[in-house]
Amino acid sequence: MSAVGDIVHMYREMRRIRAFEDRLMDLKAGGEVPGSMHLTNGQEAIAVGVASVLRPDDYVTATYRGHGWAISRGSDLTGLFAEVMARSGGVNGGRAGSPYFSDASINFLGENSIVGAGVPIAAGAALSAQRHGQGQVSVVAIGDGATNQGAVHEALNLAAALTLPMVLVVENNIYSEMVRIKDMTKIDQLAIRAEGYGIPGVTIDGNDPAVVAAAAADAVERARRGEGPTLIEAMTQRLVGHHSGDAQHYRPRGEVAEAALDEPLHRIRSAADATLLAELDAIDAEVTAEIEHAVAAARATELPDPNTAKDHVYA
Amino acid sequence: MPDATQTLSYIQAVQHGLRWSLEALDDTVIFGEDVAVPGGPFGATKNLHRDFGDSRIFDTPISETAFLGMALGAAMTGLRPIAEIMYADFMFVAMDQLVNQIANTHYVSRGTYGAPLVIRTQQGYSSGSCAQHSHSIEAYIAHTPGLRLAVPSTADDAYQMLRAAIVSDDPVVVAEARMLYPTKGDVRLDAPVEPIGGGRITREGADVTIVAWSRMAAAALEAAEELAADGIDVEVVDPRWLAPLDFDLIAASVRKTGRLVIAHEANLTGGFGAEIAARAAEECFSDLRAPIARVGAPDVPTPAAPALQAVVIPSAADVVSAVRRVVR
Repeated sequence: MSAVGDIVHMYREMRRIRAFEDRLMDLKAGGEVPGSMHLTNGQEAIAVGVASVLRPDDYVTATYRGHGWAISRGSDLTGLFAEVMARSGGVNGGRAGSPYFSDASINFLGENSIVGAGVPIAAGAALSAQRHGQGQVSVVAIGDGATNQGAVHEALNLAAALTLPMVLVVENNIYSEMVRIKDMTKIDQLAIRAEGYGIPGVTIDGNDPAVVAAAAADAVERARRGEGPTLIEAMTQRLVGHHSGDAQHYRPRGEVAEAALDEPLHRIRSAADATLLAELDAIDAEVTAEIEHAVAAARATELPDPNTAKDHVYA
Repeated sequence: MPDATQTLSYIQAVQHGLRWSLEALDDTVIFGEDVAVPGGPFGATKNLHRDFGDSRIFDTPISETAFLGMALGAAMTGLRPIAEIMYADFMFVAMDQLVNQIANTHYVSRGTYGAPLVIRTQQGYSSGSCAQHSHSIEAYIAHTPGLRLAVPSTADDAYQMLRAAIVSDDPVVVAEARMLYPTKGDVRLDAPVEPIGGGRITREGADVTIVAWSRMAAAALEAAEELAADGIDVEVVDPRWLAPLDFDLIAASVRKTGRLVIAHEANLTGGFGAEIAARAAEECFSDLRAPIARVGAPDVPTPAAPALQAVVIPSAADVVSAVRRVVR
């Protein structure tokens, strides 16, 4: 299904991500999720816009804020719920949890709890793609804070030098964990760093999935043509904290409320006519039912068998 | 087959192992700093770029983090990369990729992703090498679940163990010994590819067991000859692999001789010798007739000056002294 520019399709995918994470917060409050989570509320348009231009055999690598990237690529919601709920039915059987899961069935190379570490790994998938010659592309998402990690600099330079088919998506949500990125770097637009690697860099509105899809399409086509990596900086805002328990005392009063008026789902709904609104309401109801079904199915799987804790250390 | 066994230097054996991997396995690719056109800083990849081209062997920027991560991503998606870290000391630049990424991949994904890759490096001191070109890194690697570690001490092992590493589905670090690169030995080029793991008794004896690897494996044999003149019959065990460690072989030898000396070039505190000593104490306590002795460098960074190095680098003489202490 080609869904480039199909706003209804992209609304549905964004709603699925939002509903998945909202439901996870309920489950956490109910004691069904151990550990912390890093949610992507408000940033869904980026993963969904990029996913809309990818082929099933492309590779995706994300940060610990990666639920949306896996869902946008088609990862099974039951497996994702079960993973975050630490159950055997999880995509990794409960070994990875919310911040470090992978899904080989959809070429999702995984989230990463080490800031920036996924970019070298994505370069490796791009090397495979280059060598296999089937036009595959390796997409990697990082946050604005990760652009200050050495691994990112090294990997971008290497990917550029080897002309690897890689697309780096920087989700610039203004905060580098709990401090403003503008206080951590002297440049206004992170995309200008691309020039230092000799690759194209663009800054785009990350709250509009169609805009994201258009920029991603350019970058992906460039990579498929064998012209090397591109850096896309997608501007957005987090509607939630750095992690699920973050009270966000560091954010100015009113910032989140203002961001909520510009978040991608609200944007589409506020611009919709009555006919479209009815369609979107129907989608919301369908997604709610899908989410409840997935939660029930995840709950129905067992806790991981303690006898398997030492399995899979080696092949 | 004629010429199936050739006398080669250790570094030539490595070269043959790499050539074998490029010929036998389409998915192997070799990369690192100076490995392609220059042929490797120590000549390990000599002529391979000429014979196999850019698509199989290429140079990377001086970016250990980037290219070890690239090795992982490539291994997860169908290639069998062999990455060269020029000096083992440079591994520390990329420890996140090694410890947090490569080592975890198979476990955390519940086996749905693997990391069948090889990291070749060389370690140990040499004349004039400074404190950033002399580390023996085996304890750092062996401490990390998920990694395999080879420490070949002969030319034949350098060839056989490299091939075993390449066909293994686990991530393997092969830590060669730079000081042994010129040493020659018979290399069985047509031997069947071994599974990873397995140590070897390199000298049989009845009075004391010396466990030693890498450069110290040869030093232990030298020490054993000297001790034989005094009527001390030494058994030498070369574990070859520290992960997986062939502890059964060590335990059987200790049960036979009742005495254990462990020799390595790395400094003592937290060194891999401590692991072997602890296991021997746990599993062979009633067989031991003397305290276990360890030989290693003192806990001092390696100085560059040969006059200073001579004080801190373990030698065959140090092994002889240690054996004399435990057989007294």
